[in-house]
Amino acid sequence: MAQRIIVDPVTRIEGHLRIEAEINNGIIVDAFSSGTMVRGLEIILKDRDPRDAWAFTERVCGVCTTVHALSSVRSVENALGIVIPQNAELVRNLMFAAQFIQDHVIHFYHLHALDWVDVVSALNADPEATSELAQSLSNWPKSSRGYFSDLQNRLKKFVDSGQLGIFANGYWGHQAYKLPAEVNLIGVAHYLEALEWQKEIIKIHTIFGGKNPHPNYLVGGVPCSFNLDNSNALNAERLALVGKLLNDAKTFINQVYIPDLMAIASFYKDWGSIGSGVPNYLVFGDLPANGIEDVDAFKFPRGIILDRNLSEVLPLDASDPEQIREQIAHSYYDYTSGESRHPWEGETNLNYTGPEPPYESLNVHEKYSWLKTPRWKGKAMEVGPLARMLVGYASGRDEFVEQVDRALAELQVPVDALFSTLGRTAARGLETVLVAGWAQEFYEALLSNIKSGDQRTFNNEFWEPESWPSHATGVGLSEAPRGALSHWIVIRDGRIENYQMVVPSTWNASPRDMTGQLSAYEAALIGTPVADPDLPLEILRTIHSFDPCIACAVHLYDEHGSHVHQVNTF
Amino acid sequence: MSNTPKTVYEEIRGQGYSRRDFLKFCGAMAALLGLGTSGVSQIARALETKRRIPVIWMHFQECTGCTESFIRSSHPLIADIVFDNVSLDYTETLMAPSGHQAEKSFHEILEKHRGEYLLMVEGSIPTRLEGYCTIGGISALGKLQTAAEGAKAVISWGNCASTGGIAAASPNPTGATPVHKLIRGVPIIHVPGCPPIAAVMTGVVVHILTFDRIPQLDALRRPKAFYSTRVHDTCYRRPNYDAGLFVESFDDDNARKGYCLYKMGCKGPDTYNACGVIRWNNGVSFPIQSGHPCIGCSEANFWDNDPFYTHLIGFKGFGIEKTADRIGLWLGLATAAGIGAHMVSTNIQKRREIRLGKAEDKS
Repeated sequence: MAQRIIVDPVTRIEGHLRIEAEINNGIIVDAFSSGTMVRGLEIILKDRDPRDAWAFTERVCGVCTTVHALSSVRSVENALGIVIPQNAELVRNLMFAAQFIQDHVIHFYHLHALDWVDVVSALNADPEATSELAQSLSNWPKSSRGYFSDLQNRLKKFVDSGQLGIFANGYWGHQAYKLPAEVNLIGVAHYLEALEWQKEIIKIHTIFGGKNPHPNYLVGGVPCSFNLDNSNALNAERLALVGKLLNDAKTFINQVYIPDLMAIASFYKDWGSIGSGVPNYLVFGDLPANGIEDVDAFKFPRGIILDRNLSEVLPLDASDPEQIREQIAHSYYDYTSGESRHPWEGETNLNYTGPEPPYESLNVHEKYSWLKTPRWKGKAMEVGPLARMLVGYASGRDEFVEQVDRALAELQVPVDALFSTLGRTAARGLETVLVAGWAQEFYEALLSNIKSGDQRTFNNEFWEPESWPSHATGVGLSEAPRGALSHWIVIRDGRIENYQMVVPSTWNASPRDMTGQLSAYEAALIGTPVADPDLPLEILRTIHSFDPCIACAVHLYDEHGSHVHQVNTF
Repeated sequence: MSNTPKTVYEEIRGQGYSRRDFLKFCGAMAALLGLGTSGVSQIARALETKRRIPVIWMHFQECTGCTESFIRSSHPLIADIVFDNVSLDYTETLMAPSGHQAEKSFHEILEKHRGEYLLMVEGSIPTRLEGYCTIGGISALGKLQTAAEGAKAVISWGNCASTGGIAAASPNPTGATPVHKLIRGVPIIHVPGCPPIAAVMTGVVVHILTFDRIPQLDALRRPKAFYSTRVHDTCYRRPNYDAGLFVESFDDDNARKGYCLYKMGCKGPDTYNACGVIRWNNGVSFPIQSGHPCIGCSEANFWDNDPFYTHLIGFKGFGIEKTADRIGLWLGLATAAGIGAHMVSTNIQKRREIRLGKAEDKS
């Protein structure tokens, strides 16, 4: 008999997300993803100064802070034909890299790891064996018997205190946890180490942008200046700090993140055939090495993959009004006319028609989410780390092929295992390695530019609104940690006439479209096994593999929509 | 399992830190809170004897930027304090359980620790329609009211919770409202900023832990320890302002010398925050140091004080923007005295506004 599971709030994500899933014989047969919060930022942006938009849009998200600011300044520069100096591009790339690295590490350890690592099981680990295992996996120095023994004692005392904090009511002891106690203990150790480390790499934002979260951006370049002979601008000391932080990051990724990822993945290979979702992937590409117009020089290549066909990468033209369109068949919005719109003609008219709170379940046959439903040529697309690795791999870029092939060989799984929950989580780690390597290239390029006498960070040619045309449209494409991000702006008489954002989680977490096609979250949940409907840990694994940027919760219902279970846990 | 909560000091010792480490931490916190040497022993005594306070951290119309700032807390011991020594029992961003299990944690605190727990709120609350933000099918407002009822005190993190923030920016499509307009009968602390500085956030928490009372607040409910001076008054570029040395365009020669950003729109003269003193991310920098004008992110309704790159027009009577425009390098010294007088007067004017509650949000 079919059962409906509701997870609300989905925790360890950014934002407010709710999942309703239907289970038959322990397998999910249908799923609904709902964003349950709205602020109306696109409405707030109307009539404001386009040069200010980055600050507003940056506040879309404080977890992936900077990505909306970057897309925003690019959209304005695209509209006004502003070309930024090379140093500004390099600084933006370095901030991009710092964000990617920090965000992916936080996701792995603090948002995703507890789906795979059983904290309570770590209490039973043998510190000696843990030390041997850790040293066989990596050269990371914090791996002695004493280190793990102290950590375990600390954990025991924590549990004995009776105040379990964020670990209370977790899924500990669930049959889907498969790691040996020693691997769990390593996981707990690195959970704490990563929490300490993440605040370091992000200082790159503080150096260039003055603060983090929410560092400063600037239309036409970056706000910081270089002056090797003055302590009031960026000089050798500041640049040395950036260099050190990048080196430390590389060490942490290579000696902690990747070894942990591969070790944990090797115990969960069955998740290489679960959670595949939609077969189509979309990537705008990013990290320009020769200006935003030279797409071929992007480190992350642009392209589309359809039906998991890795022998062909299709081109993408975001400005073509027929390619990217947003639908609202199941979203709490109205359009003045038509069923789908290109973002430049996009509208944000709030129209909540859901149940009045408090409610037990959503009416999934009608509108049920605050997310719109974007489509590429009418098709549902997945965006994010997996899409990026696949497009790079299918484009034949050496660095991508090398990373992917090595990981597949190490785990002894076929290429098809990429299209899965495990593939998504692994892809995030692999691209972190690539980004950390590229960041050092950008850093070297920045140093050599400055050495050659080029200190420029800002182009003021079109700063004053008097220099703008009375009407202009622009798009800012980028790759956020969670996937393809686009900002669309229409400028009229120096003010914002329309502003639309199509964010990665809109592509992935959106409700189904007007033809009934599921988006990535909903599609990926179908076929996922759920061993214990009271403790739907498996749902969290697949949803977290996307690294959602919204917040939700799960409840259990029978097929008539009434509560059948009260969940009890450790 | 024992149910006796440990003191902060016991926890710290249990984690392998020495008493010396502990006292060092107390010293750092005392300095941060401006308590002087007598404060060190006071903090040490308090942390040795106080029990861990349970915490509920709610997320409404927010971006999670305040949580992200909180975990940037720089001193390792501070990270441990907030992770292990405040009992963070409910926070959707970090907690292990979801759905029913998460709600179980929520209700356990309400029942077991009624009147004892701290409620921390991130994000504004939509009042136009309850469907604009729901958690587990319950409206943000319903959740807030339930959580606030048994709270010992409420901390409104960031501008959204304390003034409405970005969601309340004109035309405020969802009727976004700050916490203090919706609940009564419980002390509320405002820690504004978009987001607030990590060290300020943990500083406020440590103050409560240490002295078992909320820090002294101004009329806008902000801790005086961190919000009693303007960014302008603590800005290391202030001498350039006084001398009439201004950046005229981003990345011009003056910018490369670190001149004052007033003419680029800097809101430092109208913004109360600790950026110039504590700085960001363990003292690495702050917006002005990295070349961008302050956008005034700790002030109520700063989103509607745009455009950000137009300099202040809020100073009445003295026409400072006119003055600044007129001052060239050659005129700087002659007018410095006049500006100084002007700054004193605007400072007084602003303080009066704060006292009268005029500077409060308009939502």
